[in-house]
Amino acid sequence: MSASVSESVVTELVEVAKSIVRLCELAGADASEVLVKDGSELTVKVRMGQPELVQEAGSRAVGLRVFKHGRRAVTYTSDLRRHALESFVAESVALAALAEPDEHGRLPDPDELAREVPDLDLYDDAVAGVDAAWAMKQCVAGEAAARGFDPRVTNSEGATWSRTVGATAFATSGGFAGGFRGSYASFYVEPLCDDGSDPANPKKRNGYWWTADRFLARLDDPEAVGREAARRTVATLGSRKIPTQECAVVFDPEVGRSIVGTVFSVANGSSFWRKSTYLLDREGTAVASPLVTITDDPHLPRAPGSRPFDGDGLPTRKNVLVRDGVLETVLCDVYSARKLGRRSTGSAGRGIGGNPGPTTSNLILAAGTGTRAALLADTGRGLYVTSMMGFGFNPVTGDFSRGAQGFWIEAGELTFPVSEITVSCNFDDLLKRIDRVAEDLDLRSSTACATFRVSHMTVAGT
Amino acid sequence: MPTVAPPELTAPFAPGGENAIDAALAQRLLSIALESGGDSADLYFEFRVTADYSLQEEQVKTVGRGVTLGLGVRVVKGDATGYAYTEDLAWERMAHAARIAGQIATGGGAARPVAAHTVELPDFYPVARPSLVEAPADKLALLRAADRAARAADPRIVKVEASFVEQLKEILVFTSDGTMARDVLPLLRFGVSAVAEQGGKRQGGSSGGGGRYGLDYFAQAEKDAAAHGREAARIALAMLDAREAPAGEMPVVLGPGDSGILLHEAVGHGLEADFNRKETSNYSGQLGQLVASPLCTVVDDGTIGSSRGSINVDDEGSPGRRNVLIENGILVGYMHDRMSARHYQRAPSGNGRRESFRSMPLPRMTNTLLLAGPHGHDEIVASVKRGIYARRFSGGQVNISNGDFVFSLTESYLIEDGKLTAPLKGVNLIGNGPEVLRKVDMLGSDYQLSDGIWTCGKDGQSVPVGVGTPSVRIASITVGGTQA
Repeated sequence: MSASVSESVVTELVEVAKSIVRLCELAGADASEVLVKDGSELTVKVRMGQPELVQEAGSRAVGLRVFKHGRRAVTYTSDLRRHALESFVAESVALAALAEPDEHGRLPDPDELAREVPDLDLYDDAVAGVDAAWAMKQCVAGEAAARGFDPRVTNSEGATWSRTVGATAFATSGGFAGGFRGSYASFYVEPLCDDGSDPANPKKRNGYWWTADRFLARLDDPEAVGREAARRTVATLGSRKIPTQECAVVFDPEVGRSIVGTVFSVANGSSFWRKSTYLLDREGTAVASPLVTITDDPHLPRAPGSRPFDGDGLPTRKNVLVRDGVLETVLCDVYSARKLGRRSTGSAGRGIGGNPGPTTSNLILAAGTGTRAALLADTGRGLYVTSMMGFGFNPVTGDFSRGAQGFWIEAGELTFPVSEITVSCNFDDLLKRIDRVAEDLDLRSSTACATFRVSHMTVAGT
Repeated sequence: MPTVAPPELTAPFAPGGENAIDAALAQRLLSIALESGGDSADLYFEFRVTADYSLQEEQVKTVGRGVTLGLGVRVVKGDATGYAYTEDLAWERMAHAARIAGQIATGGGAARPVAAHTVELPDFYPVARPSLVEAPADKLALLRAADRAARAADPRIVKVEASFVEQLKEILVFTSDGTMARDVLPLLRFGVSAVAEQGGKRQGGSSGGGGRYGLDYFAQAEKDAAAHGREAARIALAMLDAREAPAGEMPVVLGPGDSGILLHEAVGHGLEADFNRKETSNYSGQLGQLVASPLCTVVDDGTIGSSRGSINVDDEGSPGRRNVLIENGILVGYMHDRMSARHYQRAPSGNGRRESFRSMPLPRMTNTLLLAGPHGHDEIVASVKRGIYARRFSGGQVNISNGDFVFSLTESYLIEDGKLTAPLKGVNLIGNGPEVLRKVDMLGSDYQLSDGIWTCGKDGQSVPVGVGTPSVRIASITVGGTQA
């Protein structure tokens, strides 16, 4: 069964969205916005050489926002039987009466709406064409490469190949109607080792590696992914705590990207109007080291976070959040922009069951110079972080404290593995203390960065 | 008799519904699912109606409602699972999903489904009137009451947000070995957050609760909307004076109730049997061994009245149960779904849960509890020369394979010479599950069940859970502050 999404599926879905806009009008809505998503997924998992899971399904859902007398309701359903849909629309309009009028919560001004839908090359029919048997072969090969890499790899959480393909359509009574299709495939391997280095407390150690892309041909070889996963797992054997201290902390791109994502969480219109960010009133001032430039670019062809229009139906555009350390823009949707008395940056995201809100597309910390090895050599001693745990960030105060795992850097090289420690400092200080960014930008995910260093943080251990 | 959904919230697959599913039809679907040679199969029908109300800037700005309907089909062959689902309950679509799921099996004699008999279920959450049928105005009034109470607490409270989310879920499960189970699960969650501001400093606090209740939840002492508003304001105000937390190893006292989240992360996940079947957990192969301080008895209990994690039946037709996991420090049992129960040759423990019809069930916690010990709360605090008292948490995370876990404190205090002194800024604790449980050296007699706010994530699936614990002293754990 091919999951192929043709252009005509997109056209048909846009027509479905427009027809539901008309249903809303008939039901007495003053205005409405309709999001329709149609997609299918395939997930195949192999563990210890044997199939563990094959999951395959298609689904369709409708998300609705209706306005009546300046009041609004947000509803969704996956029950698309015609009469169920009609009563759902009627209920949604009735529901809006329960809300209070909100002058900022109305449709975008017509002149803001996107006039065309650029083709950003986001769909690969080869991804849709993959069947369970082919995905299974990838998993078997990748996991076998991991298990064959080193005899110390004794167990496995398996290898998982998955894809989603689908179409999104959005139509509003304000005059926007558009749609696009997309594909995404990923492959992930997670080997395990037994670590008996502390006989009093033997542990298992896991690690992982992955590849992902919108285009099938651009995925890494499964064997290469498996070997890298095994290399990373074996390297953690003998992990230990280190004494509590202040030291330089280097972030691998695998964890550095979550720091970049945290910048967005305090630099968006919603956090600004709700005053839930320590960056309030800091636009135009230095909020990070001059080495830090962060852009959000929805127009990168084939990139995972690209999109031709936003969740308000506005054209998307490239925005610079931080330029040379100065906070230049915060990402806004129409609502948060109105609350702040400014224009949307075309950054609205919208899920099936919610109001639009600011979101990122491809959020990238610009690469610096020099290799990762040169950065480590320059560091002398400190901590190299490869994974973080927990959610220790307070956006109002900027307090940041997270569990970490990685390696100790001595004489400019990675030495022994480290675990069960935390890295902490105020986020404002963290961004200002970034004193080196390498050139190894990792663009596999929609939030991306290169290896970078924070001059000093508190590391809590023994 | 379990909660009965009112007519307008009754599933289309219920008797008399547009897509009524009876045992005969289910058996036909299960036969299709098994025709490629699967060992066993199950069907999971789900109908869920959700509504949400939120208040910002003293206004209820948006109200929301969602409807989810679908069928998930699972076929098991050995240790392999085939899974498919459909949102359309037309026969052809359901039969297609059954065939797709069945493809995991490639040959072998086809098992025949056994005629289904209905499982008699207990009723751990009888709700006479689900909140969804109550007047929306009553829910808006709750939000306003919380908002007013938080603002009235102190002029330094500058912002309040409140939300109310309610849900009614009807499930219908058929298994090829003859089980048929139907349940209706109510769930509501109320939350308030407040921000206090003084001299340019801002701090936040939050409070919330709920469970498998109707609006009668709010009639309980200290659980009315205004009480949650006052509590959110209290924490925000207390944190205005917070100072930097210390860094390094030191004794930590966990307050009763919410601290159960530590238990959930430190031992709960590691005792889910799928990890142990695959020998990927730190607790693999340790049944019968001392894995915690002898003070510790840990129970997963899906039968607590109206608790957020309680279930009359799990998502594969096994009745909810109380299961002892660790007894006086000794590991005595794991949490099982059908698959792991078969591997361990024992009865399912009623822990097979899933987020929705789009996901296969996994062994999951329900309400995970550390039972009361012999010590008084004040006695425990007084025993600490210098350490930390943890009262409120925002969540945690664990690495199953090595047992390392973190959890984040949102309200904590320094203990100096046996007394609580300064409030501390948000900080993480990091430890290793088995090590930390061995270091429990005092346990309070003040057991409390946390109010119903917790949601657990595993393999991308979220399910509501409960936690409970008395006060706990951990002799030493790493505190991730900034004051080295």
